[in-house]
Amino acid sequence: MKTAAQQAPIQRAGEAAGAATGQAKAHDVVLQVRDLAVDIRTHRGTVRAVNSVAFEARAGETLALLGESGCGKSMTAKALAGIMDPVCDLADGEIVLNGTDLAALSAKERLKFAGPELGIVFQDALTALNPVYTVGTQLGEAFRIHRGLNAKQARAEAIDLMKRVGIPEPESRVNSYPHQFSGGMRQRILIAMAVALNPRLLIADEPTTALDVTVQAQIMQLLRKLREEGQMAVILITHDLAVVAEEADSVAVMYAGNVVESGPVSEVFADPRHPYTKGLLESVPVHLERGAKLKSIAGSPPELHDIPAGCVYQSRCPLVQDICRAERPVLRPAAIPSGTEPRPARTAACHFSEEINNV
Amino acid sequence: MSEPLLTIDGVTKTFHVARSASGNTRLKALDGISLTVGRGETLGLVGESGCGKSTLARTLMMLETPDEGTVTFEGTNPFGLRGKELLSWRRRVQMVFQDPFASLNARMNAGDIIAEPWATHRGLYPTSRERQARVSELLHMVGLRPSDARKSPQEFSGGQRQRIGIARALALNPDVIILDEPVSALDLSVQAQVLNLLNELQQELGVSYIFISHDLTVVRHVADRVAVMYLGRIIETGATEEVFDHPRHPYTAALMSASPKLDVSGTRRDRIVLQGELPSPLDPPSGCRFRTRCWKAQDICADVSPEPQVLAAPDGTKHVAECHFPLDSIKGLTGAAAPAAAVPVQ
Repeated sequence: MKTAAQQAPIQRAGEAAGAATGQAKAHDVVLQVRDLAVDIRTHRGTVRAVNSVAFEARAGETLALLGESGCGKSMTAKALAGIMDPVCDLADGEIVLNGTDLAALSAKERLKFAGPELGIVFQDALTALNPVYTVGTQLGEAFRIHRGLNAKQARAEAIDLMKRVGIPEPESRVNSYPHQFSGGMRQRILIAMAVALNPRLLIADEPTTALDVTVQAQIMQLLRKLREEGQMAVILITHDLAVVAEEADSVAVMYAGNVVESGPVSEVFADPRHPYTKGLLESVPVHLERGAKLKSIAGSPPELHDIPAGCVYQSRCPLVQDICRAERPVLRPAAIPSGTEPRPARTAACHFSEEINNV
Repeated sequence: MSEPLLTIDGVTKTFHVARSASGNTRLKALDGISLTVGRGETLGLVGESGCGKSTLARTLMMLETPDEGTVTFEGTNPFGLRGKELLSWRRRVQMVFQDPFASLNARMNAGDIIAEPWATHRGLYPTSRERQARVSELLHMVGLRPSDARKSPQEFSGGQRQRIGIARALALNPDVIILDEPVSALDLSVQAQVLNLLNELQQELGVSYIFISHDLTVVRHVADRVAVMYLGRIIETGATEEVFDHPRHPYTAALMSASPKLDVSGTRRDRIVLQGELPSPLDPPSGCRFRTRCWKAQDICADVSPEPQVLAAPDGTKHVAECHFPLDSIKGLTGAAAPAAAVPVQ
């Protein structure tokens, strides 16, 4: 393992996974998720928090998981990373990362993937970092565990990483503790930890929600730069439509644990095929006279222990019919109204996705 | 514009902190803030964390006393009031808080939460029957059912809790409501419902809002005028459209540019990404406070604090920016707004 220490930091450290062969080419499918289901055991019985979720993430591209609080987007991220709460179970599905189905592995086997193959950035950098260790120790951990470096070598790698993510004066700041950094700098440290071993997949769970907009712009710029450098596939989890519009190539819209629509961002936002996506887009106060009434979605999402049979969106949907109450629509290629062929990249889970613009 | 309801003139507030990295223990949270709020108007207050928005809100609530400067509310200085007069003034300025989970007492039911202000302002609804009727009325006004009065906060969703917070603020029939990030904890679809409610209430009651938010899209939608804060100063004010469409202070331009836009055309904008971070308010830069991150900064910016300048706005509204080198108004607009047209205030 010592030889790995000699590798330049940009190179891939895929030995641990055994399957990696150099950098992924742009647009290669890095991650394929099929039929993912997560159950939560609660004192009121088992509830399904994520239900038959499917999407794929490609090298050098950003996939956004978009949804409101409680829709299951963070739960999906945790299931991908194998860091679910003990009360959660992976009930079904495949998580194929670079040819390996993570869902079929034991927890111990999955550990080998955390870092070299898959990195995750959390929303709240202050709680995600350990307050009693220096950032240098925390940044170096990945190198010590996965590459067997000693403390001194790991510290040098940590300094390199800090440079890569734009932290000024890394040689002196490597010995600082998390609380001595600003929110934006802490987020950079968290990103540095996630990309330390040049993973193929980076999951960023609301990485800028706690930050001011000028700092948010800096962090997004950094994520784009790192994505390009490493040809990583990025899964960006967010509730912010504007962030999706600016940062993502494709989007999967989630509601009550289900993906209700997916496709390229430009197409989904320009011509939504699920009434929930349409409702969300119309709730944003843009292109309106000031003070004009905003369209909003009536009601609120269903409780997890109270998800209706049939369509999950039925209680708030303006298009609801009897079939929506009886039969849950599956994600299927969204038909394009003008009679052209439906494209496989665009899907929607709605019985009436063709009639959506008649609302 | 008619006589402003609320005038803030040169308000300064300094806090003393025990120790800081720079050795300076005086934190100037507000440094010469001047603002006006008209009757029935919505003033949007934007700026990043630590810029002094909340201190300003707390000062207007009389939770902080300014070190210098004056606050005038319909011609009187509330800080000079005592006793009954003070009490009756406090009724007129109310606040809605950001976090609908933390700002409602979990041990009280919704009706008691809304009625609690009347325990202090006893004369308003003296009998229990009046209070009950008014609670029902307020619940109805904010889109809840009278029967909801008996429910406790935990039984409501985030959007409904914020409606209770709004009802509580309305309980004393205030003239001004300070809305401190009122929708930022809410999901988008619910956010739109609450913004619509606030708009309807303003139409109906003629109440003024001071709307504090970091979400520029929301501010653009609700505010008549906008004030942009940076490190304890208001660096730009003007009519909402004017400030958003033609920002004159580089910081405002950067802030607008950094804010993500929902544009589905797929064209990536060129963005101004500011380098560096907000300097510590304990150790603000000399001269212009924004100069350490400003791409237009020159020597004079470090030496001389820029005075507020009234800049000609194409639509004739008052547009003020504190900058030695204000940005050109976007070309093509009658050419009225060259930097040479800038004159110092007063």
